[in-house]
Amino acid sequence: MNDSFVATRAQRDTNLKDTERPGTGTQPTESQRVQETRSDSASAKANTPPVDVLEDSSGITLLADMPGVSKESLEIKVEGDTLTLEGAITSATPQALEASYAEVRVPRFRRSFTLSRELGTAAIEAQLKDGVLKLRLPKHEKAQPRRINVKVV
Amino acid sequence: MFASMITFPGVFGEFDRLRREFDELSGWAGIPNSIRSAAPGAFPAINIGNTPTSVEIYAFAPGIDPKKVDVTIDRGVMTISGERESTLPSGKSDVNVYGNERFAGSFRRAISLPDDVDPSKVEAKYRDGVLHVSVGRRESALPKRITIQ
Repeated sequence: MNDSFVATRAQRDTNLKDTERPGTGTQPTESQRVQETRSDSASAKANTPPVDVLEDSSGITLLADMPGVSKESLEIKVEGDTLTLEGAITSATPQALEASYAEVRVPRFRRSFTLSRELGTAAIEAQLKDGVLKLRLPKHEKAQPRRINVKVV
Repeated sequence: MFASMITFPGVFGEFDRLRREFDELSGWAGIPNSIRSAAPGAFPAINIGNTPTSVEIYAFAPGIDPKKVDVTIDRGVMTISGERESTLPSGKSDVNVYGNERFAGSFRRAISLPDDVDPSKVEAKYRDGVLHVSVGRRESALPKRITIQ
């Protein structure tokens, strides 16, 4: 039951990002810069943080809601072309707390993205403020738009 | 699980419909729930816990100014309301927006508290995007050990 829902959600995210899948024959679109992926290591349950992805000419800004995640428990990994955000909710709970109602049931956030080649992974900047993670992924200089002068011969 | 599926009611209305049908099939719709319960995916998500001496409410509201959040208790109902500003660029700009899943706008959630809480013993803290409200129980409702003479 749960697995089928995970699959549905993965499919929905795929639709959202207009992601091309290898072998489906669709061409990658220009708008597609950051693709979401589901890694096998994501087998343990985790909440998917909602994100905003904004692109300007010099790079991509990613905002992710990860409430309750402190700087110490946040992990940002880049493996190959996969960017993984992971964090544990470390809000202090008093002794003998008995949950009577819960909308956040798993104390963990995780989400992965596939980066495209023109994004430099070495210069990623991350800020965490009030549970909102702000990642800045700059483009390589050669990938930034520039004007090409046409010489008159 | 279900909450995370319908973050986009407009675009993914089909999934919302699927969820409703699933709820009906599994009989969940028949179980009475709180009269103030919000639809899944409401902002902020709320967890409530009980301890012998207090009721602990955690509202997962990242990226808001704690000064602009109102927490009120009126006749046993706690209301958390406020506004979260959009971080998306306004007007015409050269910024492309791909994912737009984060909540923006005003929010309001109500929680009915148990009868034995003391509205004068309330503490609210905002840390790492989580609003934590602790409401103490009345002295008379605290568990007591009775000594046998």
